[in-house]
Amino acid sequence: MIEFWTKFWQWLPEILPVLWFATGMTVRVTLGALVVALALGLVVALMRISPLRSLRWIALLYTDVLRGTPALVQLFIIYFGLSDLGLEFDPVSAAIVGLGINGAAYVGEIYRAGIEAIHKGQMEAALSLGMTPLKAMRFIVLPQAVRIMLPPLCNYAILLVKDTAIISTIAAPEIMFEARRLVQATFMHSISGQIYLLCAVFYLALTLPLSHVAKRLERARQRWH
Amino acid sequence: MDPLLRIVDLHKSFGALEVLKGVSIEVERGEKLSIIGPSGSGKTTLLRCVNYLEKPTSGHVWVDGTLIGERQVNGRFVHLSDRELARERAEIGFVFQRFNLFPHLTALDNVSVAPRRVLGVPRPAAEEQAMAMLEKVGLAHKAGEYPERLSGGQQQRVAIARVLAMQPKLMLFDEATSALDPELIGEVLKVMRELADEGRTMLIVTHEIQFAAEVSDRVIFMDGGQIVEEGPPEQIFTAPKHERTRTFLRQILER
Repeated sequence: MIEFWTKFWQWLPEILPVLWFATGMTVRVTLGALVVALALGLVVALMRISPLRSLRWIALLYTDVLRGTPALVQLFIIYFGLSDLGLEFDPVSAAIVGLGINGAAYVGEIYRAGIEAIHKGQMEAALSLGMTPLKAMRFIVLPQAVRIMLPPLCNYAILLVKDTAIISTIAAPEIMFEARRLVQATFMHSISGQIYLLCAVFYLALTLPLSHVAKRLERARQRWH
Repeated sequence: MDPLLRIVDLHKSFGALEVLKGVSIEVERGEKLSIIGPSGSGKTTLLRCVNYLEKPTSGHVWVDGTLIGERQVNGRFVHLSDRELARERAEIGFVFQRFNLFPHLTALDNVSVAPRRVLGVPRPAAEEQAMAMLEKVGLAHKAGEYPERLSGGQQQRVAIARVLAMQPKLMLFDEATSALDPELIGEVLKVMRELADEGRTMLIVTHEIQFAAEVSDRVIFMDGGQIVEEGPPEQIFTAPKHERTRTFLRQILER
């Protein structure tokens, strides 16, 4: 046991920079997917609450399908499936698009719950003052709903950081992918446990600040209401 | 001259429940019309149909000669787009029973948000005008407060200022004092009385018989989705013709 750790410390200067750069990739993919999810999720949410039944139905189908199938399957469809149709993605783009599309289903639900938590009298007051439904949404409902949405959005971001691990399966060079590459080098095979532990530390370094922010937002929200 | 508000044969059903069963009302410019009646009589729904917060099942509403929520195309009635409807609503003020102030905005912003976002008034001008409106309802000193820091009566007065800032042709009051503690009702009625004295056109749904008697030019008693009786306040309140009106007034006054 001791000898493994000695070996680990010995190799650490080689391991650290690799995982450090891989963490940069994890952060990039997380942010990219977050932007896609936040934007696409708004479209999904607005469709869910639209007066048009067909739009509501499409959004519901989207949400159910994307939440009801593994993100890994969706990722493979986008990366391998679409390339068969001539739509080639590099692994990183595929990861951002795939996780973003998947996330839009969850984020859309967070938005919807936030919007529906705002009393309908708010929308009515805005309409009665001459705002169009879109203006009422933008200036009156959404600013209030955002306060309700922020804590669950923060929790979603934590899940997303961890979910980026699955993109190692399509060779996007993030933390898990690089860790496995290190381990596959024969001389590091015996310290795989230590390397994966180090991965966990890197993930924690990303998620702990986020969960701290989520907790503070939650407390702030209870003060407002 | 045309009446300012013309409601013609308004029907409204929620599923199988018919809440309005053919109501027609005309309100002249500057006239104060109060609508009284038991809860469930359709008063609030009628008011909400006037600015299309509820879409009438049938019947039509004209404000200042403009058909509300619809347009006539080759003799058929077609619903307006969101944008066109919004433009019409901007000229009709609605005061809600539960105030519906925007909790994320200060009193000043509550009053200036619609002139800015709907009419495109620049911020300094909108705020100056909003200040004047708050002054009018006696709340200039609360301009920077958020609604949760205001009493119910103050909130309702801000809500009235918010409506005034849009300079509406017609003001609708939906039981504006029903959600207030008794000691706060007076301050809101005082503001409403001042508006009445300015010659504004007001359609007032209320349970405040005394107030209705004082300010109204005419009173309508509604029950079961229909107008039962209408006339000048002295007639309705002192010599009602219908038994239903008498029963209702007795119940109200015995409270």
